Amino acid sequence: MSAHAPILAIAVPLLGGFATPLLAKLHKRIRDLWVLLIVLFVGVAVGYVAVHVFTQGIWVYVLGARHPQETVVSGGFPIRIMLVVDAMGAFMGVITALMALVAFPAALKYLPEEEGKTLALTLGSLLLAGIMGMAYTGDLFNFFVFLEVTSIAACALIGFRTWTSRAPEAAFKTMLLFSVSGLLFLLAVAFLYGEYGALNLAYVSVLLRGSAVDRLALALFLGALLMKAAAAPVHFWAPDAYGEAPAVKALLLVVNTQVSLYGLWRVLFTLYGGILDTTVGWLVVAMGLLTMVVAAFMALAQTDLGRLVAYGAVSQIGYMLLGVGVGLVTMSGRPDYGLVAMKGGIFHMLNDALTVGLLFLCVAAVELVKGTRDLRELGGLGHGLPEVALFFLVASLALAGIPPLNGFASKILIYEGSFRASPILAAVAVLTSILLLAVFARAFQGAFLGPRVNVEVRVPWPILVSMGVLAVGILILGLVPGFFVEAMVTPAAKALWLGRSLYLSAVLGG
Amino acid sequence: MTVVVRTITRILFPIALVFGGYVIMHGHLTPGGGFQGGAVAASALAMVVVAFGAKSLSGKKGLLSALESLGGVAFAALGFLGLGVTFFANVLAGSGGLFGNPVPYGPNPGDLNTAGTLPLMNWAVGFKVLAGLGAVVLLFALFGGEHDR
Amino acid sequence: MIGNLPFVVCVILVALGLWTLVAKRNLIKLVIGIGLIESGVNLFLVSLGYVHGGIPPIYTYAPSGAPMVLPTPQALTLTSIVIGVATTALMLAFAVVIYRHKGTLDARKIRDLRG
Repeated sequence: MSAHAPILAIAVPLLGGFATPLLAKLHKRIRDLWVLLIVLFVGVAVGYVAVHVFTQGIWVYVLGARHPQETVVSGGFPIRIMLVVDAMGAFMGVITALMALVAFPAALKYLPEEEGKTLALTLGSLLLAGIMGMAYTGDLFNFFVFLEVTSIAACALIGFRTWTSRAPEAAFKTMLLFSVSGLLFLLAVAFLYGEYGALNLAYVSVLLRGSAVDRLALALFLGALLMKAAAAPVHFWAPDAYGEAPAVKALLLVVNTQVSLYGLWRVLFTLYGGILDTTVGWLVVAMGLLTMVVAAFMALAQTDLGRLVAYGAVSQIGYMLLGVGVGLVTMSGRPDYGLVAMKGGIFHMLNDALTVGLLFLCVAAVELVKGTRDLRELGGLGHGLPEVALFFLVASLALAGIPPLNGFASKILIYEGSFRASPILAAVAVLTSILLLAVFARAFQGAFLGPRVNVEVRVPWPILVSMGVLAVGILILGLVPGFFVEAMVTPAAKALWLGRSLYLSAVLGG
Repeated sequence: MTVVVRTITRILFPIALVFGGYVIMHGHLTPGGGFQGGAVAASALAMVVVAFGAKSLSGKKGLLSALESLGGVAFAALGFLGLGVTFFANVLAGSGGLFGNPVPYGPNPGDLNTAGTLPLMNWAVGFKVLAGLGAVVLLFALFGGEHDR
Repeated sequence: MIGNLPFVVCVILVALGLWTLVAKRNLIKLVIGIGLIESGVNLFLVSLGYVHGGIPPIYTYAPSGAPMVLPTPQALTLTSIVIGVATTALMLAFAVVIYRHKGTLDARKIRDLRG
């Protein structure tokens, strides 16, 4: 079985998602146990793949072939769909599995049975399958299919609480943007297929010549994936979506935006790595700065705690774009600071998942207890919910990049790398962090400080445990970042920055 | 709906289902396959919804949802069948058993008993699409009906 | 020239779809706009695989020696159509739910979520 670990990490949640409604008809506890088993299985499979990839290099798995490593048929032409897991893909898988392991047990306890729990669990499993597929696939069209799987599952998750009037609206808006994003991606794939007659990422990458059609396709890829990742001019779906989805499932939506960013890195570094000039890199940097600044200012204006956190989450996307963008700009000269910025940007994906995930869980707890997220009505919750207040504080400080928490560990790398590229970049990033600190200080003060209010509802213990796990993760990654950076982040950054030829030779041989 | 529509629906319903089944069955030989055949078969359900009203089928929602899940599970399970080799590997093709005849090369009259797991996957997808599209049509019709009257 | 006609139609379809998304405010029309873009992209994919004088890529009773059109773009188009059905159904379902809550399909009047 272990030889099939990459595909099992995708196929098991897919099968599990389809089977969940059937098992729910038998008994609710069987369904819960089943979902738990699926997520645990995905965790084990992803862990196994990650260890294998980090120690032994790229893992190629060809679907439907006579043996899993039969990448090319005679003539050196890959025809089958294949999964190609390099260090970056494995790292993305680890983030996904981590968040799934936190989100699903909490969801089992948190979601009310009468509010479509079975549906939410099914969609969650399918979303997980889609995200894993995007992280592991080595085929452009296959990536599009998984992109749409995540789009549909995510939007259904956002909108399935149809008895509220806001959820369907948020879901419609999001679905509209996700559809356009998916179609732009498909158009880009069609352009490349029309020119080169291939869909395999590595094979197309070898053939790319940098013609006008290639550039048009690159523009479409950039537009599609930035839209899906909630970068600045098209970020407005994200606060609605994050705000309206059941909070424990918002954790998976965060990973969904990150895997779209991962797709962007894959397109820029691996697919177009051979022909890219610095213009695209500076474009990504500019988008990053725009995203972080716009989102931070939007967060300042929010009175809804959920939307405030969501804008905070969007601004973190900007940091990732900045870090990796600097890496992209410096890819031709390969100075040290380019790799430092890359490491920061990629490390920040993991840190962002933990901090934003914790913040969303805190918002869920507040809403569960008080029935509202409006900061004008909240206040004084710190007396009744000291643990939630503490977790919110830890996550806010981490998000603003205060030492010794994990946000600082990755942001300092981004600052360092981008400062060497241009001091202005680092200045904007630091100032935005300070602004975010102010925003979250105000949110903390508004929700948790003030005169004591009575709290009747208890926060369920699985949610508190999930919060605790995330908070411990934040502390560990902040106190000893060196180990994780060396073990996972540096290989992932190098796989993108230097590893294109390894990726290509793993698929095409020689 | 009028008696004309209802009578014609009674006649066409089995024909549409059979044609859908035919398209699914011959998916590996002729144009068509699971999705197309399932869509044809779902049009039979849509006809019933139009002719007899959505209420006539509203008791079947659970059945459709179960059938859809079953189709999905069957499809994924057929992928797992290949795990001895690779995921989705066509272990039945050329084995001489079910759908296991070797495929003749070049233009030929077509042999239904070929293509291994592909016809089975077509059936799985066909049932999923039949149930899925049928449920979509039925639910939209039920939705509108409650609101207008 | 006549061979390029499908591509011209693709451009027109995609442009019409984008214009619909930008200019129209009715939710159903927005869904139609997505449908138009999708048709344009699908037509583009199918046109890519066309071979002049080609027959369908199916060996059952195929005339021998005739060129066949490329099957891969057709498979891609079919996948894209299936996905399109799912997204369209989902969006229409949301539109129905929104109409129930608000009694209108005008995107300007249903903005609970701003800022």
